[in-house]
Amino acid sequence: MHAKRLAGLAALTMLCSMLFMTLGARGNWDFVLPYRGAKLLALLLVASAIATSTLLFQTITRNRILTPSIMGFDALYLLMLTAAVFLLGAGGYGQIPEPAQFLITLALLIAGALTLYGTLLNQIRQDLMRMILTGVIIGVLFRSLNAFMSRMIDPNEFSVIQINSYARFNRIETDLLSIALLLCGTTLIVAWRMRHRLDVLALGHNAAINLGEDPRRTQLQILILISVLVATSIALVGPVAFLGLLVVNVAYLITPSPRHATLLPSAVLIGAIVLIGGQMILEHSLGLSTPLAVVIDLAGGIVFLTLILKGTVR
Amino acid sequence: MIAISDLSHRIGAKTVLRDIDLRLPQGQITALIGPNGAGKSTLLSLIARLIPIQTGRIEVDSLSVGQCANDMLARTLSILPQSNEISLRLSVRELVAFGRYPYHKGRPRSEDDAMVETALRTFELDDLAPRSLATLSGGERQRALIAMTFAQDTSCILLDEPLNNLDIAASRSLMALLRRLSSEHARTIVIVLHDINYASGYADHIVTLKDGRLGPSGHPADVVKVDLLQGVFGTDAAVLIDRGRPIVKV
Repeated sequence: MHAKRLAGLAALTMLCSMLFMTLGARGNWDFVLPYRGAKLLALLLVASAIATSTLLFQTITRNRILTPSIMGFDALYLLMLTAAVFLLGAGGYGQIPEPAQFLITLALLIAGALTLYGTLLNQIRQDLMRMILTGVIIGVLFRSLNAFMSRMIDPNEFSVIQINSYARFNRIETDLLSIALLLCGTTLIVAWRMRHRLDVLALGHNAAINLGEDPRRTQLQILILISVLVATSIALVGPVAFLGLLVVNVAYLITPSPRHATLLPSAVLIGAIVLIGGQMILEHSLGLSTPLAVVIDLAGGIVFLTLILKGTVR
Repeated sequence: MIAISDLSHRIGAKTVLRDIDLRLPQGQITALIGPNGAGKSTLLSLIARLIPIQTGRIEVDSLSVGQCANDMLARTLSILPQSNEISLRLSVRELVAFGRYPYHKGRPRSEDDAMVETALRTFELDDLAPRSLATLSGGERQRALIAMTFAQDTSCILLDEPLNNLDIAASRSLMALLRRLSSEHARTIVIVLHDINYASGYADHIVTLKDGRLGPSGHPADVVKVDLLQGVFGTDAAVLIDRGRPIVKV
């Protein structure tokens, strides 16, 4: 199903990647290739993490507007980061090696997401709107707490947080790349192996039980996957609010299929095209004057509004 | 065959079901009737493991609900999904194909595809197969859902108020379909109904519930009587008899 379109998307992704590696390259290839290669890898990783996590989240909430970032996943991560700097001080925080920082935050994020959203997910059946509102309010609460702590903090230490709180595609932490690659890779494989169960889960709670699945258990497993993916992408490049929404909804439009075997690769490829293509345009025609996140958030915001105003989303 | 013993269920402080002991006959249509809030839907949801059992036991074809493996039960017992729950973007064929999931877990074999085609043919859905559910009428949608349940090939089928929002033609053809399923394919069917006339017109067996307790049960002709309407439903209505089946004058 939609094999041609998927192939087209894959070709476009390849083209973008090749252009990204070679366009305007002057000087030593020994420098250019590893430098751009690491960046490309990071962009691909972030694209697949964000696309997959948003798709999974929309499948378990059965709603095409929700994303992990709207429900406060990003804010939870940033809150933990701020709390760590606040409690340990920038010096103490800086002394923890980066992979350890990352793994600790990841563990905390998974625990936090499971307690908060695990209980919240049970409300879906009773009242979806209440669950969304609760999620949004929790997100706001995290952001406020975050802002509060940022204000109390020493300005010098605050700069550590600030650097980590905005999406950054030009300066990617390559130290984290290998560990992120491992985590994301494993998670994506697990998500791919769950694709048929995801199809069934998307039918709804009762229909999934009827077909012999256990929606509660599967939802928890998927929440863990989402936490890993969100944490990895934020740790690598910072929060990108609308990328997931944009990418997944474009995927629904280009490959309208109920099967995750189609939707997962489609969303990942579209994410890669948007990120790599966008970064390329920024580097070569806009001269890095605008951060990529601004462009993506603007485009994502417009898609979001169109979706709501068109009223076809449930 | 569905056997229920010592089943009680509480929601908050309210006891919704009290000491239910019940055997539902094999290969027949059983209608569950009773006033609003009597616990009919809860009973059905408990049998279908949509909500966990608190006290008591339910056995379906000697499989114990809540203890045996989920996918094993999914090959023995199915519940008709509510049409408002299913995504309307699915095509009829995609929906019916989901009925085979308990057997192939996402990797359909040729016999699964054949079963889907049989289901589509049996319920005269061939022409509608490529259309999305959003473009179907309420009756056609219900038929597609029943075809999915048929493809699931379970010996027991549960339905929770399937006649909601259906007009008289769609309701009658749905009930006729269920009759065919039970007589030609020997399926045990349990159906929650609001309209007593549909229950007495199509069911082999009626079970009544009131305030979470079992009321009279048996063949429609033995159950649907003026004193039942008085005792269980609390309303005065006359009962006529037509070819051995009672009709409540509304």
